[in-house]
Amino acid sequence: MEETLATPSETPRVNYLNARYGLKSWLLTKDHKRIALLYLGGVSLFFLLGGIYAMLIRIELLTPKGDLFQSQTYNKVFTQHGIIMVFFFLIPAIPAVLGNFLVPIMIGAKDLAFPRINLLSWYIYMLGGILTIWALLSGGVDTGWTFYVPYSTNFSNTYVVLAGLGVFVSGFSSILTGLNFIVTIHTMRAPGMTWFRLPLFIWSHYATSLIMILGTPVIAITVLLVALERIAHIGIFDPRLGGDPVLFQHMFWFYSHPAVYIMILPSMGVISELIANFSRKNIFGYSFVAFSSIAIAVFGFLVWGHHMFVSSQSIYAGMIFSFLSFAVAIPSAVKVFNWSATLFRGSVSYDTPMLYGLGLIGLFLIGGMTGLFLAAIGLDVHVTDTYFVVAHFHYVMVGGTLMGYLGGLHYWWPKISGRMYPESWGRFAALIIFVGFNLTFFPQFVVGYMGMPRRYHAYPDIPIWQVLNVMSTAGATILGFGMLIPMVYLIWSMRYGRAASANPWALPGLEWRTSSPPPTENFTVTPVVTWEAYEFAPPEELKVIGKLEPRDRADYPPDYPAYTES
Amino acid sequence: MSEHIVSKKVYFVIFGALIAGTLLTYVAALQDLDFIFHGANTVVALTIAVTKATLVVLYFMHVRYSTRLTWVIVAAGLFWLMIMFALTFSDYFSRGWLSYPR
Repeated sequence: MEETLATPSETPRVNYLNARYGLKSWLLTKDHKRIALLYLGGVSLFFLLGGIYAMLIRIELLTPKGDLFQSQTYNKVFTQHGIIMVFFFLIPAIPAVLGNFLVPIMIGAKDLAFPRINLLSWYIYMLGGILTIWALLSGGVDTGWTFYVPYSTNFSNTYVVLAGLGVFVSGFSSILTGLNFIVTIHTMRAPGMTWFRLPLFIWSHYATSLIMILGTPVIAITVLLVALERIAHIGIFDPRLGGDPVLFQHMFWFYSHPAVYIMILPSMGVISELIANFSRKNIFGYSFVAFSSIAIAVFGFLVWGHHMFVSSQSIYAGMIFSFLSFAVAIPSAVKVFNWSATLFRGSVSYDTPMLYGLGLIGLFLIGGMTGLFLAAIGLDVHVTDTYFVVAHFHYVMVGGTLMGYLGGLHYWWPKISGRMYPESWGRFAALIIFVGFNLTFFPQFVVGYMGMPRRYHAYPDIPIWQVLNVMSTAGATILGFGMLIPMVYLIWSMRYGRAASANPWALPGLEWRTSSPPPTENFTVTPVVTWEAYEFAPPEELKVIGKLEPRDRADYPPDYPAYTES
Repeated sequence: MSEHIVSKKVYFVIFGALIAGTLLTYVAALQDLDFIFHGANTVVALTIAVTKATLVVLYFMHVRYSTRLTWVIVAAGLFWLMIMFALTFSDYFSRGWLSYPR
């Protein structure tokens, strides 16, 4: 897309990246943008580690025999892949990186409401991560990321308590981030930024924050109870002591199903931005998309029992959970229909972020529809604990979250780094990732439906099973290669990329009305919002503000209507 | 918003009530209350625990002196707890409804 608004005088000499130098200035920063970059470093490291575990799993499953690992080592590998990817990448990725960077800017605030708590949340996240890695280096954990009892409490002789402690600690990071977002969105919106002028990215982060605050304490308590049961034998989950193992599953999934929405809702917010902005149209049914985020957050809490259809849960409770699981598809479908309607007759451009956005719609559609299969009790019994389930949740969590994360990272990269990424490489990588993802996970639907169970290092020597597994491993290799491409060119672009203008996509959002990268205080004058969300105007009518030098301020008329002096 | 100053006396009284509640829990646990009804020990222990938690929330967490918005937040938290209890108990209470052929 052509850049229309950049002029040298609009680029401030001092921005949040060069305002201060030195390690201390980063480790003690209270600037939400710098903290977002600290999170970016953290989640990238964990993603790399989780990705290495994923490749090890796929290499092992290339052949039917257990060639690479013993069964217990394999148990540790898939457990550690799951724990790291779920708790240390998928959950924090979009809220803690993109949300941290953008929530204040998109509502016209100078920072989050509690900057110190924001920094504290990063330290807590890293502490949780270090504890977990310590568990891995000490010998690992083999319970599966779900820590199911009674195996985790009575039988596993691996580092369950230490890994659980890492998850327990990192949960507080989520709670603090959610708290910060809710207070910020309620109290720090710029004048004129009414609730229904908020970008949909903000609505989705608001809904996500509600889940973080209401759900995360439950997983913390649950993991703590596992540790207490393991150490002190207190009898919460152990039937010999009067406990009930199914109670663990109720408590675990009360958080961990909504956690899927912690992963996917922010991604849906990103996609709403991408679809509207790269179609250059107001989003179709703004209020429906906004409230569907809240509806997903609420309904998401009512469906956890669909993970327990074969757990000895009452069939009557199962029927309730089945019905509610079908119901949660409605607000998700509202979003997909409205995105599609937004594309209709839009002025669609196929830049890299939009490719990820369109990719997400396709992958989430498959992930969501197969979720309906699993909500039906009869079919779920057939495919429980098979690769069908593995494929389903990877389509939702990876296809949904990862595509949104990458799309958002590319979309806001000019704002974050002040540099443009190479567009042709970006498009190439997006296509490679889309192809690699589908080749990895679509065969798993088939082999899972045929009965291949998950969590085994070996499988029967059935030719078609091996063919499908070879396809899956080949896809994972392509996917891994595709993931390395943006990693390389984004790092490259930080030094060598073309300087980005304030508004490289020529869009109306507040984040595009400050310089790239923004000044520490985001805006030097308090923006007064007089426009609706996604209200497109001719580019020449958009003005760019930022930390302007005094001589440049003269370029603006004193009665410029959109802004007032702070 | 002006900060409500809570006197030390209130804090000490609540602290005393919490200690008393703890002792009461201990004493009640030593008695077999099943002669009242089956599971009465659990009910008594939970009643004391909920009372203590309410005191902590109202006084130590200052919710009693906070804005209505804070009350709404607390109510939302309790409502979500009720969701968890209600749907979990929908499992436990209905497990015996279905008779299996033996």
